[in-house]
Amino acid sequence: MIKRIERDRRRFEDIVRGRIKKDLKQHLTRGELIGRRGKELVSIPVPRIDIPRFRYGTRDTGGVGQGPGDVGTPIGGDGQPGAGGDAGGAGDAPGEHLREVELTIDELADIMGEALELPRIEPKGAESLQSIRSKYAGIKRAGPSSLRSFRRTYKEALKREIASGTYDPRRPVVVPIRDDMRYRSWAEEPKPIANAAIIYMMDVSGSMGSEQKEIVRIESFWIDTWIRKHYDGLETRYIVHDAAAREVDRETFYTTREAGGTRISSAYALAAQIVERDYPPEDWNLYFFHFSDGDNWGGGDDEKCFRLLTDRLLPVANLFGYGQVESRYGSGQFLHALEENVQAENLVLSRIEGRDGILGSIKDFLGKGK
Amino acid sequence: MPHTLTPDLRALQEQIEEHARAYGLDFFEIVYEVLDWEEINEVAAYGGYPARYPHWRFGMEYLELSRSYAYGLSKIYEMVINNDPTYAYLLAANHRVDQKLVMAHVCGHGDFFKHNFSFAHTNRKMVDEMANHAARVRRYMELHGVDEVERFLDRCLSLDNLIDYNAPHIRRRAWDEGEGEFPSTEPRKLRAKEYMDEYINPASVLEAERRRLEEARRREERFPARPERDVMLFLLEHAPLRNWERDVLGIVREEAYYFAPQGRTKIMNEGWASYWHSKIMTEKMLEPAELIDYADHHSGTMAPYPGRLNPYKLGLELWRDIEERWDKGRHGPDWEACDDFEARKRWDTGAMQGRAKIFEVRRHYNDVTFIDEFLTPEFVRRHGLFTYDYDPASKQYVISDRDFAAVKERLLFSLTNFGQPVIEVVDANHLNRGELVLAHRYEGVPLKVDLAIETLENVQALWKRPVHLETWLDDEAVVLSYDGVEHRTEVRSG
Repeated sequence: MIKRIERDRRRFEDIVRGRIKKDLKQHLTRGELIGRRGKELVSIPVPRIDIPRFRYGTRDTGGVGQGPGDVGTPIGGDGQPGAGGDAGGAGDAPGEHLREVELTIDELADIMGEALELPRIEPKGAESLQSIRSKYAGIKRAGPSSLRSFRRTYKEALKREIASGTYDPRRPVVVPIRDDMRYRSWAEEPKPIANAAIIYMMDVSGSMGSEQKEIVRIESFWIDTWIRKHYDGLETRYIVHDAAAREVDRETFYTTREAGGTRISSAYALAAQIVERDYPPEDWNLYFFHFSDGDNWGGGDDEKCFRLLTDRLLPVANLFGYGQVESRYGSGQFLHALEENVQAENLVLSRIEGRDGILGSIKDFLGKGK
Repeated sequence: MPHTLTPDLRALQEQIEEHARAYGLDFFEIVYEVLDWEEINEVAAYGGYPARYPHWRFGMEYLELSRSYAYGLSKIYEMVINNDPTYAYLLAANHRVDQKLVMAHVCGHGDFFKHNFSFAHTNRKMVDEMANHAARVRRYMELHGVDEVERFLDRCLSLDNLIDYNAPHIRRRAWDEGEGEFPSTEPRKLRAKEYMDEYINPASVLEAERRRLEEARRREERFPARPERDVMLFLLEHAPLRNWERDVLGIVREEAYYFAPQGRTKIMNEGWASYWHSKIMTEKMLEPAELIDYADHHSGTMAPYPGRLNPYKLGLELWRDIEERWDKGRHGPDWEACDDFEARKRWDTGAMQGRAKIFEVRRHYNDVTFIDEFLTPEFVRRHGLFTYDYDPASKQYVISDRDFAAVKERLLFSLTNFGQPVIEVVDANHLNRGELVLAHRYEGVPLKVDLAIETLENVQALWKRPVHLETWLDDEAVVLSYDGVEHRTEVRSG
């Protein structure tokens, strides 16, 4: 039986969770959450839930205190007389104190999934990708002695001795013979494995400011979290590009800032190379996300991008997401160009207009259940 | 789950209760249960009652308690509930000296529960009654769904301070005056012979009586006839509720009335229990080796929060002050009239009435009358009491006054009606449209508006028709209205 208090506690936590869902946008766009990622738990502040009643505001009533000090002396605390005493008494004024709720990242992803109505991702080729797993499944009469089951063997021996009348309770010695021996046996289970790789690409040309990068950081964190929920193994790779592309580690990805022009095709070419070298598409679910302000260089680079996409990336990708982040300099043309020139079911385009756009954009990208 | 008392604790209980009785304390049988900290947090979350109806706020309390215990911020020492037998809980991990302190403290509470007039009307079988409530609420949840019942409970709880705290002791209803349902406006004449009639039934008396009856009748036409302070009762009797809703509202109201006396005697009750644990421990039960621990824990409980009042401390000191004053005869006209500082300082009539006086006071007073009568200027000065107010300039609370009258007034204000605004039903058929009008008896302090608006929604949800609250905002008479869809705030004329 569940303890009654457990039930009430869960009930309360459900309500809190509902609140979190309501303020989801605000929580999801808070950058510092990601900083705490190493730990499994994140703390999310929610206000204490007070049942509303007709009552006075504390600021208007003041109260009575005790202690030294002249008239005009502040009475300490940060201007928040907490609950002085318990119910009733003098100076009873629970302020608006915040209560932290701990959630695992996974739970948070669930809440996000529910709120955005994200479909579960259906890993591609789940049936074809299998690994064999052994599992102890029963008992056999033959086997290696390393797998002998002492308990079962002993039981058999005991049964036999009692049945044959040789068992003496005053001297309970049980000696198993060969027939009593029992061994654990195993069965082999095929288990589908699902691996995924995400390749993030980001434009780090001069026009991508730190706010734009922060947006990319937050958005890719949530994308990561969501996709990770659906696959056993997730690998992430990072590519930055201005006029030329290079692969970097995660840290650099979010912090580098380069000046210079923008040649998107360089990043696509590098991504295609990485995939061909490391992630054979028959074994991997591949995701590509590219973030840019959409200001590509002229000189036929757009066309090069279209070719790379249609020939090399889209055919192997579960999903290719292009997010165009609005920057100080406005938004470029690349999104339009893609819209007009590349048609593919697994290509998703999204415009991110500042932090408030993150949630909508996540839904754009992941709403297809790929 | 509950462990029975060890023989050692059992023996302590007997000794302590013997001492307590020798001092004159009188209580119901006290039943202790020893719990570990998880269990005590659970019981504490339910307010000390083993069975309460399911509600999320208990879970919230529990989380808070167990978290603050885990972080070492707080620890529950004692918990005792007003019931016959009186139930009290001991924390298994406590030291022996703490257990003694708690038991002595509990004797004080037990005596107070049994003898203070405020508790005279409380149900002494409340543990059973609460379990009964729990079973009923649980059944409604099975029938109508947890969400629906819990939502309704939230609404009821939101109104649970709208009761008439004095109701158990007085009768306010008109029918108690014995008037018939439709009083005639024709005054009754005494029987008299015709020639005596104008002497036995003088015209002026008949006229006055007629006017009185007409006034009474006009009152009848208003509904309710006179402002009803027990808003919960009014809703219970007149709101269009389903049967289970009516029952749940009744349950919440009953529990609110049961808990009310504890809120209204907090200072006295905690002070009384502290007075007696201190007396019993220091005079009878303390072993030399335990002295330091006892002093540490006692002073921990008595410490004033920085700049704030501790009801334990205030109560304890007031009780001691009363005892001393009556022992030395420092009361009455002679004492009041004397303004010779030296004489007052040496004043001692050798009356030795202190003990008798405090036992009398614990029977007949509640916090309001207690403070009103026994808070003295000397006491306020000696204990450094002050009033504080919010200073908008520095955005913090600052000490505003140390004057006796100001301190007393503020203290009484925070205790009168439990420090809550008085809100009454004044009209349940507003504009002849069945709209409900509540009135806030304004005393210069406005309501917290956001909460008032949310609460009004809950009133509306019960009443179904539009509801109005007459109150004051920024020194302006206003009406807050809610019709189930939108809120309006209008300035009131007059």
